[in-house]
Amino acid sequence: MPEAARKIHVNCEINGQAMSLEAHPMARLLDVLREQAGLTGTKEGCGEGECGACSIEMDGALVNSCLIPALQAEGAKIRTIEGVAGAAELSAVQQAFLTHGGAQCGICTPGMILAAQNLLSHKSQPTQNEIREALAGNLCRCTGYTKIFESVLEACRVQRPRP
Amino acid sequence: MRSYVPGYELQEPRNLAEALERMAREPGEWKPFAGGTDLMVLLEAGKLSHRKFLSIWKLPELRGITVTPAHVTLNALTTYSEIRRHELLAREFPLLCRAASETGGIATQNRGTLGGNIANASPAADSPPALLVYDAELELVSARGARWVPYHGFWKGYKQIAMRDDELIRAIRMPRNKSFSKQLYRKVGTRRAQAISKVCFAGAAQMDAGRIVDVRIALGSVAPTVLRAIETERMLRGEKPGLATLRAAEETLAREIAPIDDIRSTARYRLRVAQNLLAEFCESLAA
Repeated sequence: MPEAARKIHVNCEINGQAMSLEAHPMARLLDVLREQAGLTGTKEGCGEGECGACSIEMDGALVNSCLIPALQAEGAKIRTIEGVAGAAELSAVQQAFLTHGGAQCGICTPGMILAAQNLLSHKSQPTQNEIREALAGNLCRCTGYTKIFESVLEACRVQRPRP
Repeated sequence: MRSYVPGYELQEPRNLAEALERMAREPGEWKPFAGGTDLMVLLEAGKLSHRKFLSIWKLPELRGITVTPAHVTLNALTTYSEIRRHELLAREFPLLCRAASETGGIATQNRGTLGGNIANASPAADSPPALLVYDAELELVSARGARWVPYHGFWKGYKQIAMRDDELIRAIRMPRNKSFSKQLYRKVGTRRAQAISKVCFAGAAQMDAGRIVDVRIALGSVAPTVLRAIETERMLRGEKPGLATLRAAEETLAREIAPIDDIRSTARYRLRVAQNLLAEFCESLAA
């Protein structure tokens, strides 16, 4: 197939740092983050927006990075799992996943944590239904949903100020 | 990733006029690309046959919801999340809000757009049944001008819509003068969240002294297009919602839909579920 598209420079802010990344305009943001920015915390699961493993925050909204073309990340403020912890301590959600066994094999964990962080950034004391709904787009193949749910509940209880 | 990414062009016009001008200059050459929740899935699967796209995601002319006494107008890039958060829509068009909250997860709802859902024209789409019930109209815009068309009749066949190569959907509007005392939206899928419909049902009716004076019914995933069950509506209008009425309506509906066997379900199951949802709707009218 002939090459139709030239690479473009995508200027964006990732985890508080200004970046200029080179990519084809239709490249998946997921691949750009992992391969150009070296941020391999964001995982690929299904690659079709069903599993949430590649969840990131873009301009404050939770999105599947496998479904975002690089071009549309121009000017965006992006937060990946690498930008969740503070300099010295984990976020309340991360800490709760550790103490409550919310992570098993770990592939869904970055997406689960981003989905939970995003919920808590909009609503510090969500209802149980709101938590379930916020996590509904994130699949765990170890099926440890109860511990994940309990981790988020715990994070709501002890929530510290966001780093 | 099963596609060769450098083979795809994606460019960003500065404004709507520039996008329309390019679509007019090279008809069929450029297609609009909004939130990507359908197109990126095709790309990943190696099934995105078109190669050149214009990113319209950031065009402010295509964003926002406006309310006038006669209509609510949703510009084409309105996301499911924006629909869910809108108080007037929740009050006056609850079926559309239900559809939005049952489409994908939060991440999909933040990117999926109403215009994209219409243009993608999947017979399993979740918002079209609600839009059909509410007599939605679409504004199609091109470099030559704009025109409003009824959404009912916009579908020409499986994944086929009556839109020209140089047009894009600018807005969707719904009249506010209708009042429906009974409304039901039900999506049946493999699981509660994140599932593509096996059957999707939207119904609304206005009752007077126990009789159905006005009714709208639309279904997804039971025909090559999402469809209004016009014959079933006609049969129900003027009737009292009892058992005899329901049986007759179920028979009419069976003649009107054309479900098939596919990866998600069977024709037999879909017919039964469609009739059960109709029964649930009719029972709610009697209550």
